[in-house]
Amino acid sequence: MSARAASRLETLGFRHVHRYQPGRADWFAAGLPREGREAHTPRAADIAQRDVPTCRIDETVGGVRERIQAAGAHVCVVVDDQRVVLGLIDAEGLGSERNGPAERVMDPSPITFRPNLPAGTLPEYIKTPQSRALVTTSDGVLIGLLRLDDAKAHGAGAASSRPRGA
Amino acid sequence: MAGQIDRHGVQRLLQENAQLVDVLSAKDYEAEHIPRAINIPLKTLGQDVARRLDGERQVIVYCHDYQ
Repeated sequence: MSARAASRLETLGFRHVHRYQPGRADWFAAGLPREGREAHTPRAADIAQRDVPTCRIDETVGGVRERIQAAGAHVCVVVDDQRVVLGLIDAEGLGSERNGPAERVMDPSPITFRPNLPAGTLPEYIKTPQSRALVTTSDGVLIGLLRLDDAKAHGAGAASSRPRGA
Repeated sequence: MAGQIDRHGVQRLLQENAQLVDVLSAKDYEAEHIPRAINIPLKTLGQDVARRLDGERQVIVYCHDYQ
C-alpha cells in the first residue's frame, strides 16, 4: 500500500516522497511510542520486569551466581555491549561450577516476545514448562523479563472485561 | 521513484519537520498509529485530499508492514 501511495503522490506532483516500507509493525515492534484508541492497551513491554540482572557472555559462572544472588533474582540475561540478548541463565541450572564461562550454562534460544504484543494474549503463547520469557525489540535488544504469572494476570483481566457472549 | 527509509530515517526526517502519512483505513488508524501521523486512506488519495499536504516539505508514507 505504501508503494502505491508514494507513487500516487509523485504523480500528483510531490517531489520529496519517502516510503517507510517496514511500516507501523516495525515501529511498534521496536517499542516506539504509539497513539490511538488501543494505544493504552497493556503490552508485553508494559508488564515486563525492566531491572533484570544482565551479564556478559565471557563472565564466569561464579560471577553470574553472585550477581543473581545480589539482585535477589532467579535468572540472568546474557547480553552484548548493545544489550542484544545472547542467552538466558536460570539460577537453578548453575550447579556448582564457578570458573567456566557464562556461555556454557546459558540457554542460547530463550523465548522472546515483541514489546507491542497485547499482554492479554501472552498466555496463549507461553505453553512450555518454562514460566519465563524475554521481551526484546525487533533488533534483539533487551527490554525486560516476562513471567507467566504476570501474563496470566493480564489475560484474566482481559477475559473478565469482555462482554457476555463475546 | 520514492526512496525507502527505515525507522531511524523516519525519526530523522520528523525532526526536520517532515509530514507523516498513514495510508491505512480510518478504522486502523484510529486503533493505533505512529505519533504525528495524519490519516489519508489510500483509496481516498487524490488531488483534493493531497492538498492537505505541503508540497515543499518531505512526505513519509507508511502502512502496516511490507504490503
